[in-house]
Amino acid sequence: MLFEVDLYPRAGQPDRLAADVTFAARDLGIAENLQVAAARGFLLSGELSAADVDRATQLLLCDAVVEAPNIALPGDDVLQQPPQDSNAAQLFKDATPTLVNVLHKPGVMDPVAGSTAQALRDLGLVIEDVRTLRKYWISGVDESALEQLCRRVLANDAIEQVKIGPLQIDRLDIGQPYDFELVSVPIRNLSDDELMQLSRSGQLYLSLAEMQTIQQRFRELDREPTDIELESIAQTWSEHCSHKTLKGRIAYRDERAERNFQNMLKETIFATTQEIRRRLGKDDWCVSVFEDNAGVVKFDDQHHVTFKVETHNHPSALEPYGGANTGLGGVIRDTLGTGLGAKPVCSTDVFCFAPPDTPADQLPQGVLHPKRVMQGVVSGVRDYGNRMGIPTVNGAICFDPRYIGNPLVYCGNVGLLPHDMAFGEAAEGDLIVAVGGRTGRDGIHGATFSSAELTSESEELSGGAVQIGNAITEKMVADVVLQARDQGLFTAITDCGAGGFSSAVGEMGEKIGAEVNLEQAPLKYAGLSYTEIWISEAQERMVLAVPEENWAALAQLCASESVEATVIGRFVPSGKLTLRYEGETVGELDMQFLHDGRPPVVREAHYQPTTPDAVTFASPNGTDQTQTLLDILGSLNVASKECVIRQYDHEVQAGSVIKPLVGVADDGPGDAAVVRPVISSQRGIVIGCGINPHYGDFDTYDMAASAIDEAVRNCVAVGADPERIALLDNFCWGNTDRPEQLGSLVRAAIACQEVALELGCPFISGKDSLNNEFRYEDGDGNQQSIIIPPTLLISAIGQIADARRAVTMDLKQPESLLYLVGLTRNELGGSHYSLVTNGSGGIAPTVDAKAAHRTFARVHAAINAGLIRACHDLSEGGLAVAAAEMAFAGGCGAKLSLASVANNSADWEEAAIAHAETILLFSESNTRFLCEVRREHAAEFEQALAGVPHTLVGETQASLQVRIHGLRDGELKSEPDYDARLVIDANLPDLKAAWQSPLKW
Amino acid sequence: MEDTTKSPNAKSPTTSTQPAAAKSGFAQPRVLVLRSPGANCDEETQYAFNLAGGNAERIHVNRVLENPAVLDEFQILCIPGGFSYGDDVSAGKILGSQLEYRLGDALQAFKQRDTLALGICNGFQVLLKSGLLTTEGESSPPGTLTWNTSGRYEDRWTRLRVAGETCVFLQGMQEMEFPIAHAEGRFLPRDRAKLDAMEAAGQLPLRYIARHGKPGDEVNYPDNPNGSVAEIAGVCDVTGRVFGLMPHPERFIDATQHPQWTRKFDSRDLDNFPPGDGLAIFENAVRYFA
Repeated sequence: MLFEVDLYPRAGQPDRLAADVTFAARDLGIAENLQVAAARGFLLSGELSAADVDRATQLLLCDAVVEAPNIALPGDDVLQQPPQDSNAAQLFKDATPTLVNVLHKPGVMDPVAGSTAQALRDLGLVIEDVRTLRKYWISGVDESALEQLCRRVLANDAIEQVKIGPLQIDRLDIGQPYDFELVSVPIRNLSDDELMQLSRSGQLYLSLAEMQTIQQRFRELDREPTDIELESIAQTWSEHCSHKTLKGRIAYRDERAERNFQNMLKETIFATTQEIRRRLGKDDWCVSVFEDNAGVVKFDDQHHVTFKVETHNHPSALEPYGGANTGLGGVIRDTLGTGLGAKPVCSTDVFCFAPPDTPADQLPQGVLHPKRVMQGVVSGVRDYGNRMGIPTVNGAICFDPRYIGNPLVYCGNVGLLPHDMAFGEAAEGDLIVAVGGRTGRDGIHGATFSSAELTSESEELSGGAVQIGNAITEKMVADVVLQARDQGLFTAITDCGAGGFSSAVGEMGEKIGAEVNLEQAPLKYAGLSYTEIWISEAQERMVLAVPEENWAALAQLCASESVEATVIGRFVPSGKLTLRYEGETVGELDMQFLHDGRPPVVREAHYQPTTPDAVTFASPNGTDQTQTLLDILGSLNVASKECVIRQYDHEVQAGSVIKPLVGVADDGPGDAAVVRPVISSQRGIVIGCGINPHYGDFDTYDMAASAIDEAVRNCVAVGADPERIALLDNFCWGNTDRPEQLGSLVRAAIACQEVALELGCPFISGKDSLNNEFRYEDGDGNQQSIIIPPTLLISAIGQIADARRAVTMDLKQPESLLYLVGLTRNELGGSHYSLVTNGSGGIAPTVDAKAAHRTFARVHAAINAGLIRACHDLSEGGLAVAAAEMAFAGGCGAKLSLASVANNSADWEEAAIAHAETILLFSESNTRFLCEVRREHAAEFEQALAGVPHTLVGETQASLQVRIHGLRDGELKSEPDYDARLVIDANLPDLKAAWQSPLKW
Repeated sequence: MEDTTKSPNAKSPTTSTQPAAAKSGFAQPRVLVLRSPGANCDEETQYAFNLAGGNAERIHVNRVLENPAVLDEFQILCIPGGFSYGDDVSAGKILGSQLEYRLGDALQAFKQRDTLALGICNGFQVLLKSGLLTTEGESSPPGTLTWNTSGRYEDRWTRLRVAGETCVFLQGMQEMEFPIAHAEGRFLPRDRAKLDAMEAAGQLPLRYIARHGKPGDEVNYPDNPNGSVAEIAGVCDVTGRVFGLMPHPERFIDATQHPQWTRKFDSRDLDNFPPGDGLAIFENAVRYFA
């Protein structure tokens, strides 16, 4: 029997599901007469009586204090009526509402259904299957608005289906038995055009040269490839898995020189790391760089730390919740799959969206509204991280209209790894064991799809590429993997990410050979072909290499915690990847061809710097600088992200020492996170990031240099030792087949090489996402393309010997002195000043890396000596924004003078006084800090900072204001001049309100 | 018990907080910190009990289901925070049902032995939904923990006061600050009469108060972070030995866990970093067996 159990909010209880719909409908402009009531429901199938279902409802499904049940067979009239005893009765007294049922599409992961089924079986019920649904009763909208509501709010086509009216359904089972049939793909006689046709239609997304190489190979073998062989090659050779463009041959030229790279990344970013390690000699603190699933560096006398940041852009564009959810799930598995398995200790997330207030009618066809994307992405990260019990401690959100078709979702995870667990290697004879989730049809072609451009049809074409995660399954996997590691039960581990088993087994067996029996893999439902099993990107799966003698112990350990573990094959010394299905060989490829057979990608890359225009100033004189400050504080990139941060558990594991929100009211913007990963120790890791796509519009070299400086100075500002900071790069770019796109990327990579070397900060891991372009047809039938701005995220992981020496950015007390450290230049290009005044021109902030290295060392020495009470780095909005943020975070006023700032500045003297003030207030020059220092420590502080630019610029005060005094004509002072007229005069509550209001959802 | 995890070494040289419970005389009570699929605060909870002088082990619920007699070896049962079984259906519901229907007798026997039970956050939700907080002779729990009035998961710090002297875990405590991190923490009593009865019996021992205000101020969101009736943050049974609370005391046992520690303490004086407010709860539990 199949029963439906609906649960309505009781009268007086909030209808949360309905409230969410009303909220979202407002953005679509169809909320005016909209009335919504909602319920959640379960479909239960099994050998059930009505009494059984009543019992299930009472004991498990319904919370009787807040919910009222409604039970019947699907389609029954009583299930169509809005419930009489809830708020809904009142709502629809004048109108008959339309009933909309929303269900997962068959085969889409539904974690609640799975655990509900198990719990009902525990109660002794004979349950075959469970599905969840949501029901909405809607009135006050016409047909087209209802259609819009269904498509844009109630359900996401990629994973859900909508049924209007009574639910006519009498069974839940999905999947048909699979009849084995070996599929071979004729390729040997195809023309070049036909090869490319096959590449596209088969969603292989390989280039002609690559297709020709495969064709040649099978001509030599004198047979046609099977479908699974072609798929394996496409996965392994995909941009996503092999990073073939950036590791390829590139002929680069810019205004300075030409460089011919054999392997661009190796000769820039990797080279810097090698050089730093060489210089450090026996003090080298890198352990494993650019080879494992995450970078590994030394931490304390027992542990290393690991760090990896991944992107999950394409899936998040189609299904923001699932995309971000599995993005974080995937990078957590990278941690589990590093060395012999690291313990995940904290996460980071950085997002780039189009402005959430983009009018709905300006959206290109085929894209989701950016506000919905943002809410979905945040919820996805929230639900995965919180459920896994991993604190999300650091991040950033950038806004730019060019992210409309390609939102960017970067997810990072840090792990803790015992010293003797840093390396793993599968051995001949080891069993190939799959641990965790079952394999389904989810995420087919994720790796190849993510390497292609999105178009307005992507949603339909690649719906299968969307995955939904189940964080609890992954938590259970993590629990057993770490125990199995400590018991020495396996020799190597990796995660099933993009490419599924294909990539995981292919990588682990690269140097040996592997045989896989695909029918052994446990499936979510029947009907998967051998190829689907092999390339499915179903989540929460790890692959372990297990010596035969340990298999029994591993199987028992997994069973004891209800985790599924299955032998699917063996590593054998064949040098081949052999795939079988029920005894029949369905694919056989040389490991060497698979991993080294890809023809090199050869690309041209050009960069032509633009001649800088003079910066435009809002108006020559009498500018209201206070208003400009308020505007910058209220701009989306700068504004408080508290509404997001609060939804993340940033304190689980009890190690978060400097939290993302700091200050007297726990709401100021912390510079970097400090986490104690070992609960009994005060040694901390420090996590910061740098990203500023606006500078890339001026010069991607300066953008990259600035991002590095920002990531490092964020860490230094809270107390990290600058001699122990490691970096990660994540390049998100447009289509690098075009020389100018690749040129701007190579230029950024060269900046990474040069700046990181001077700072002594090695890169330890990285990842790129290319082809972030969106193609669509506009209203006039013209082809349009939206290219994201070049976007480089630099993530930094630092260390602090004793977390109790960490510093936060909130002003601590009146009567302290304020020092500005670093040099202020006329660098307003790409600044937030230009953004809010609609200005342009100028030059983007540059980095003097040698000076930066010196400055970071001195600031650290002063923090370590306890000489700095509060420290904030200067970034978007420059000095004025930093001062305002420190003041309202600390609930403490401040007065500053630009006179002495001017004394420590360059390039501004030519400007008129009003412009000079603008530069001093809002320039975003790098390597600067604003520091609160107790009066009695002034001399010691100045001594500690000897040799780097620093100047007294103000003092803190009890009055709740920020007041900044301007310059006097023709007079340069070396001390603050508080008699000069005020250029900024604002109350803390006003400043804080401006900063908090834009994203207060 | 294969998966028993030994206490972390609390005496590493960089530790700032030393075990605070008296090391003299009394036997260390054994604490069972119950793991389950999705539990995720078990390690820091074990650490807090050990720091307080207990002997805590983390044990998977499957071991207890296989052999309920495991409970006989322990004096304290703690259900830690997390998302047991994903909080699927509703928060704590599935684990609560398992405890009620598969371990009901064993847990009642445990309770009769003058033992203690503590549920933190998801553990509170589980305690409530397992019937362990149900008054003898009554057929349903005193209330439920449902969705926050804000409609979302939130992590924020709260200030709390102790009401009455019934609760063993709160002896000698008055006011404290702990973080909350949950989506379903709004306590709703079954009805008004039950609320009054609980109040009279001292079963509402922990209340949210204004974080920055004066005593007697009205307690609004976010000071009452979830909209709980009567600002209820924790509930105990009539004996005071079974206690559930939404805030996380195990997240405040060291000074540096407080969000404003950089305002209160001076890095030039590292000897002056006191333990956090939460340690006292674990010490009270341990001291009960002195």
